[in-house]
Amino acid sequence: MGEFDRARFRGLTESRMSRRSLLRGALAGAGGIAMAATLAGCSIPGAKANAAAQQVDWAAFWKHQKPTRQLNFANWPLYIDQDKGKYPSLQLFTKATGIAVDYQQVIQNNAPFYATVAPQLRAHQDIGYDLVVMTNGWELTEMIDNGFVMQLDHSRLPNFAKYAADTVKNPPYDPGNKHSLTWQTGFTGIAYNKKLAPKKVTGFHDLLDPAFKGRVSMMNDNTELGHAGLLAIGVEPTTSTAADWRRAAAWLKKVQPNVAGYYDQSYIDKIQNGDTWLTQAWSGDVFQAQANGATDLEFVIPAEGQMVWHDNMLIPMQAQNALSALRWMDFYYTPEIAGTVEDWVNYVCPVPAAKDYILHELDDPDVANSPLVFPDAAVDKVTHNFRVFQSYDEYEEWNSIFNPVIQA
Amino acid sequence: MSAVMTDAPATGRAPEPMRANRPPKQRKRPFLPIFFWVFLLITLLPIATMVIYSFNDTPTNRITFHWHGFTLYWYQNLTQVQGLPQAFLLSVAIAILSAVISIVLGVPLSMALERYRFFGKSAISATVFADIAAPSIVVGAASLSFFLSTSIPLGFWTVLIVHITFNLAYVVVVIRARLSGTGTQLEQAAGDLGATPWVAFTKVTLPLLVPGMIAAGALALAMSIDDYVITSFVAGPAVTFPLFVYGAAKVGLPPQVLCFGTIIFVIGLLVMLLNGWLTRRGQRMR
Amino acid sequence: MTTLAPRAPALSGAPAPSPGLKNRIRRNPAPYLLALAGGAWLLVLFVIPLISGLAVSLMSGNPQDGYTFTWNWAVYGQLFGPGAATNDWLFLGRAIFYGATATVVTILVGFPMAYFIAFRVKPQWKNALLLLVMLSFLVSFVIRTDMWAFLLSDQGPVLTALRGIHLIGKGFHILGTDAAVIGGMAYNDLAFMVLPIYVALERIDPRLVEASADLYGRRSATFFHTVLPLTRSGIFAGILLVFIDSAGDPVSPSLLGGTHTYTIGQAIQDAYLTNQQYNVAAALSTVLMIVLGVILFAYARIAGTDNIEDLV
Repeated sequence: MGEFDRARFRGLTESRMSRRSLLRGALAGAGGIAMAATLAGCSIPGAKANAAAQQVDWAAFWKHQKPTRQLNFANWPLYIDQDKGKYPSLQLFTKATGIAVDYQQVIQNNAPFYATVAPQLRAHQDIGYDLVVMTNGWELTEMIDNGFVMQLDHSRLPNFAKYAADTVKNPPYDPGNKHSLTWQTGFTGIAYNKKLAPKKVTGFHDLLDPAFKGRVSMMNDNTELGHAGLLAIGVEPTTSTAADWRRAAAWLKKVQPNVAGYYDQSYIDKIQNGDTWLTQAWSGDVFQAQANGATDLEFVIPAEGQMVWHDNMLIPMQAQNALSALRWMDFYYTPEIAGTVEDWVNYVCPVPAAKDYILHELDDPDVANSPLVFPDAAVDKVTHNFRVFQSYDEYEEWNSIFNPVIQA
Repeated sequence: MSAVMTDAPATGRAPEPMRANRPPKQRKRPFLPIFFWVFLLITLLPIATMVIYSFNDTPTNRITFHWHGFTLYWYQNLTQVQGLPQAFLLSVAIAILSAVISIVLGVPLSMALERYRFFGKSAISATVFADIAAPSIVVGAASLSFFLSTSIPLGFWTVLIVHITFNLAYVVVVIRARLSGTGTQLEQAAGDLGATPWVAFTKVTLPLLVPGMIAAGALALAMSIDDYVITSFVAGPAVTFPLFVYGAAKVGLPPQVLCFGTIIFVIGLLVMLLNGWLTRRGQRMR
Repeated sequence: MTTLAPRAPALSGAPAPSPGLKNRIRRNPAPYLLALAGGAWLLVLFVIPLISGLAVSLMSGNPQDGYTFTWNWAVYGQLFGPGAATNDWLFLGRAIFYGATATVVTILVGFPMAYFIAFRVKPQWKNALLLLVMLSFLVSFVIRTDMWAFLLSDQGPVLTALRGIHLIGKGFHILGTDAAVIGGMAYNDLAFMVLPIYVALERIDPRLVEASADLYGRRSATFFHTVLPLTRSGIFAGILLVFIDSAGDPVSPSLLGGTHTYTIGQAIQDAYLTNQQYNVAAALSTVLMIVLGVILFAYARIAGTDNIEDLV
């Protein structure tokens, strides 16, 4: 009996290796090693390699551009005047120049948009848009440094020189406006629902209030979130250090029990629905919501300060209709058109002369006299700029500190 | 002793009990029907919402709860939202192309797997199974890694490639099921009557497979039009309908999206009803 | 298995020697030719990408400088090891938890629905009811999930109605919780569970059910000892489909979730599509694949089949 059991035990536990299965295994293994060896030679090219490769004579380039009758414009949502699905300013442009505009609101955030277009730009492909709008952050710096965007021909942009505000001329992230013109400037502050919130909100410290548990939303953009944290702990972002960033992240973690979610532009949807009562917000979004009937919302400049950023128009390389893009840029920088757009968008207008246009022609004193659309010195005092990252490693460190706050 | 006529359950259906033999006391057991209908209504609730709110006359371009009144404006202005009609057409084009190509690739493969034994059969069979069972995230991530390391530009072609790849697995499974169901008697009979294997295939097997191919094609179409996860990885600049909807959902859907959804729903419903009616007509004529 | 291929006559006594591949192809090229196109496609565009995913995970670099292959196994330690700076093990566990819970929910809801259609409905209505259950598939799944986000938002119709009849308080919300995410996953995959269970129930020979009653079994005993074991294959097929689909789903947590609902699926998407950290993303994806593969393998053992393909 004992012999039999041992034999059975052996039979149960030993694997049966026939010659066929051995052959199959060896073949699979050899194939795997061969494939791995081939793939070892593969690599994914980086963005920097592109910059050195392109040396363009811009004067000659613009001279040889032929005018076209099409413009493909990629922008953020809620960023142009709308009238039940039609865009009046774009219609005026088409009437004046005969150029048809395909306007797509495909940019939800800088990082995902950059991640989509960078591989194509690296491969010198047309991304399908002649005009894109990006915020002055790390992604914009990369677009310029990697040679992904065209240099502008300022001889075709007389209106910019004539009408643009001083704050948008020659910015530190794009000296001489070689590659970009500002589309809108905006503030990032706080918005709250006056009716549903239990108390009045005045600053970032209110985010910690347990009365708002589960009703706070913040942005899922690393840059916006991190800067909010820095302001909340009283640190000037442009001179902050990595230690400051860690303290800011710790503060943000303290807020986390109150936070319902970290959203991209969908935050405005949530606060209008009443899902959240208090949120980090972009100034123009809140005003547009108010104009559309959400009269319970209010935008607040936090006591600790607010951020200012510029969204800039860029022309990607390999754009098919570069001249059309330039024409739109010039067309936009007039009091009439900038005013028309501004009256709807309610961010900070890059054309100061538009204030009169809005006040008199469009008869909208609320917008014209708002310090958050045409800011005065008092607002400038509490406004801070984004930190400019010097290298990818610095940006990566910032990300590694603030990503775990969002990805909880 | 049961007096129920039990014919061989060829269709696997329970034969109807004769009325005389039903037990005298039939207690009402309402739990199950109530459960079923409640949950069925829950599953249909989002569809009803979609259809109803596609007619809502909102002042802005985004759907809202408040009912502003009935309107056909959004249906009349389907092309107003830029990017949406193109995304829809792109989805339809990729769905049709990937369905056709995956049938062309899949039918021979199914025949080989079902009717023959050959070296590598179990490997290919396991690969097809893995293709169905693998989570979409992993397949999408792997495909993106592959395209990146071989520098294949992302766009229409990469989307088409991945759609063909996963549709191929569905086609193979459906056709294999059909082939194993029909057996080889007919082909052997054709061979007995002097047909070469190729003639037997084209004149006997292929016509038998046509309903299977239609079913597989319909399944492939549906899977392709609805695919979000895998497509989001490899689309690059291309925007398909689910990608558009997902992006718009974050900011607020324009009502035209609901209109497109309703249209697809109605068309699909009509096709299913038509198919059911045709099948029943066919059965009655036999 | 019937085969149309002529086979070499087996020599009596000794097993036929396994012929070389070339000989086999020469003797009967048909299956190889038939399988060539499809098989080649699967090999190049399905198998090789899976290996490529592993290869990319072993690369190092950054989006600016590019990525090169350096056998960098350390990335796995950085992501999942004890000193990990990220919470990826948490996201993985959460995804598995959501998947498992969603699967249980679909069983609890789907089995009674399938049972109802199989046993309580006159045959002429069965197809119609099945059609109704599958109807939600005609609508794009992103739209379906977004409609739920629309319906379940705090000022939306459902919660407003419930507040109106005082079933819930002012501070109650559904969106952003684990329950909302699991509910969304279960909703989307319900039909995947109902269909296999229905097919299995339909296959049950009614004489067995009658025999159980003849042997004085109560209805509950009949159910648990006769019907349920016979539907095992259907339940197992459904579990396979639903679990795999839910564990990796990034859309439900994204549209219905909130702060502490971040899953590995979202992490993989963000790493690829937002941060361009291809090596980290590929590593996460490979680990997910391995973990799900292990679970699948253990599950097949429990289900009692050597060949898990038989289940589908």
